[in-house]
Amino acid sequence: MIPLSWYLILAAAIFCIGVYGVLARRNAVAILMSIELMLNAVNINLVAFWRYMSPGVISGQAFAVMVFAVAASEAAVGLALIISIYRRRFTVAAEEIDMLKW
Amino acid sequence: MPTDFLPIAVLIALATVLAFLVVLIGHLFGPRRPTATKLEPYESGMRPYGPGQRRMPVHFYLVAMLFILFDVEIVFLLPWAVVLRQLRLFALIEMVVFIAVLLVGFVYAWKKGALEWE
Amino acid sequence: MNAGDFSTILPLLLVTGWACVLLLVDLFIPRGRKAITAALSALGLLTAIALLLSQFGLEREAFKGMIVVDGFASFLQMVFLLSGLFGIALAYDYVRRQNIERGEYYTLLLFTVAGMMLMAQAGDLIVVFLALEMLSLPLYVLTGIARPRPDSEEAAMKYFLLGAFASGFVIYGVALIYGATASTRLSEIVAVVQAGQAIGGLLLAGMAFILVGLGFKVAAVPFHMWTPDVYQGAPTSVTAFMSVGAKAAGFAALLRVFLVAFPDVAPAWAVVAMWVSAFTMAWGNVAAIAQTNIKRMLAYSSIAHAGYILMALPAAADPAVASDAVGAVLFYLLAYAFTNFGAWAVVLALEKKDGQGLAIEDYAGLGARRPALALAMALFMLSLTGVPPTVGFVAKFYLFRTVLQADLVWLALVGVVTSLISAYYYMRVVVVMYMRQGEPEVRSEGWLNATVLLAGLATFIFGLLPAPLMGLAARAGLLTFLR
Repeated sequence: MIPLSWYLILAAAIFCIGVYGVLARRNAVAILMSIELMLNAVNINLVAFWRYMSPGVISGQAFAVMVFAVAASEAAVGLALIISIYRRRFTVAAEEIDMLKW
Repeated sequence: MPTDFLPIAVLIALATVLAFLVVLIGHLFGPRRPTATKLEPYESGMRPYGPGQRRMPVHFYLVAMLFILFDVEIVFLLPWAVVLRQLRLFALIEMVVFIAVLLVGFVYAWKKGALEWE
Repeated sequence: MNAGDFSTILPLLLVTGWACVLLLVDLFIPRGRKAITAALSALGLLTAIALLLSQFGLEREAFKGMIVVDGFASFLQMVFLLSGLFGIALAYDYVRRQNIERGEYYTLLLFTVAGMMLMAQAGDLIVVFLALEMLSLPLYVLTGIARPRPDSEEAAMKYFLLGAFASGFVIYGVALIYGATASTRLSEIVAVVQAGQAIGGLLLAGMAFILVGLGFKVAAVPFHMWTPDVYQGAPTSVTAFMSVGAKAAGFAALLRVFLVAFPDVAPAWAVVAMWVSAFTMAWGNVAAIAQTNIKRMLAYSSIAHAGYILMALPAAADPAVASDAVGAVLFYLLAYAFTNFGAWAVVLALEKKDGQGLAIEDYAGLGARRPALALAMALFMLSLTGVPPTVGFVAKFYLFRTVLQADLVWLALVGVVTSLISAYYYMRVVVVMYMRQGEPEVRSEGWLNATVLLAGLATFIFGLLPAPLMGLAARAGLLTFLR
């Protein structure tokens, strides 16, 4: 069987790509996608831990399902906000949305 | 173990080589008589016009958003269906409550006109 | 699972269910009559308070340890419900005058309160995460509810992007802890850690991620960047609610997770929490001095107060002081709620259309024009500084004492020195109100005045007679699972 650490490294790599995306991308939709990437990395971790550490207790899987649902609602709220801004300003670049100083 | 994956690796390699080979043979030996119509991108019979990246009505996003929200409920229904027989009435009531909450959101979206297309 | 389990979350169920019902009822209430929605949601919160009072003192686990009811949870739930009521009172006239009256305002507020209440009761990391999202998502929308006002939309997007980023960290940390201990139940995690069966590296990394994520939520330096912008851009009534409720919920999570699940690895996180607390106090207070906009100033003030409250975490790492420290935090949160709601109510009274009337200069002449309001504002500023005879002083005193008990003398010193610095910018408001000439345009709205009066009385009376409330907080500080 593939050792657990491979999955953990994969998840960590995806999480890091997500973090990098949030920090480096300028497009709000791309940032949102990066955040989803982070959550999916978590899901890999959860399912891998469940399989290797406690296959008898399903809390890991249940947790992954919760993360699914939360990720979907986050995406919906985020898209709604982005659309709302886009309708008025015709931009989704985070750096052009700068009325308030950072 | 890595050796278990050997057949798959061989398969991938074979498939790649074969695909390239087929395209290459066609390219080398096939006759080539290009006309204006042939060089146009194929659009299922439609005449292509305008730039490739057209702007989509923002409405699509709204529908997509609602779709995501009501779509993920399936992820809860699936494990529920597996254990329904063991948990019996309790699980049924739980799911009715869950669907009722979703329904509240659906009715809200409906009444607010989010499902109407202009 | 039995009926008894459900009785432990009855107030929470009531608020959530009522919010769902209200969402539908509101569809049939015509525009311009949204006062009905406000009244109905207040009614729901009041009923929940009555329910909560009827089962005060209940201590037990429910749903196999996923839900915990103890003094800590009940006390915080009371704070959250009161914040919800204050939030409705502050919004009632404000949203109408700003032309942003929407029925959803009140339903979203109820959902947020429900999320906070769940946070107080969480006995499992999954529940902590769910509660965190349940309170954050409606808050993102509330921040942007003044759309099409661009600053509100912008604040909402910033808050959303950074908030979602932070929850990503929390959940990654939770996943690592699940990997380290093979459980997400707080009471099981502590058992695994005590038995020495936890995987050390994963556990430490998980704790670090959770600390970063929750640090974002409570606005601790260096994760505070979003706070001034979001507080400034959000509708003021939302800012007021957010600065009290969301912060208290963040601390509820921090205390519950770190004190119940990780007391045995305390040396590792106590050091980090100590430095974060010191930097938060220092930077929050120093940056507040430079602000000319009252909303931004209060935002930095809220960062500084997060720093003070965070002092309790390293103090609580000492098992002998733990319950005292938790009690001090609870009392501080309640005191901060009263004081802060009062201060924001005054800000609301002076705010005009299009974000005018928010500069500190606009408060010139308030002392002559509306003596009572100015007096109340002065009282709130004194309380935020921590000067007797206000509740802010008592809260700070109680908190600093527990920090000293834990032998963190230098941390308490940082707290005292930064409090002295904070006097400068709080007192500037008082000076401007009384010493400068001006003609401020002030509203007089029923619910706003009532809030100021109530908050002022509470700030003053509990400052003179803190004993009953303090006793309640101290009793609540004995977390059920705290050894």
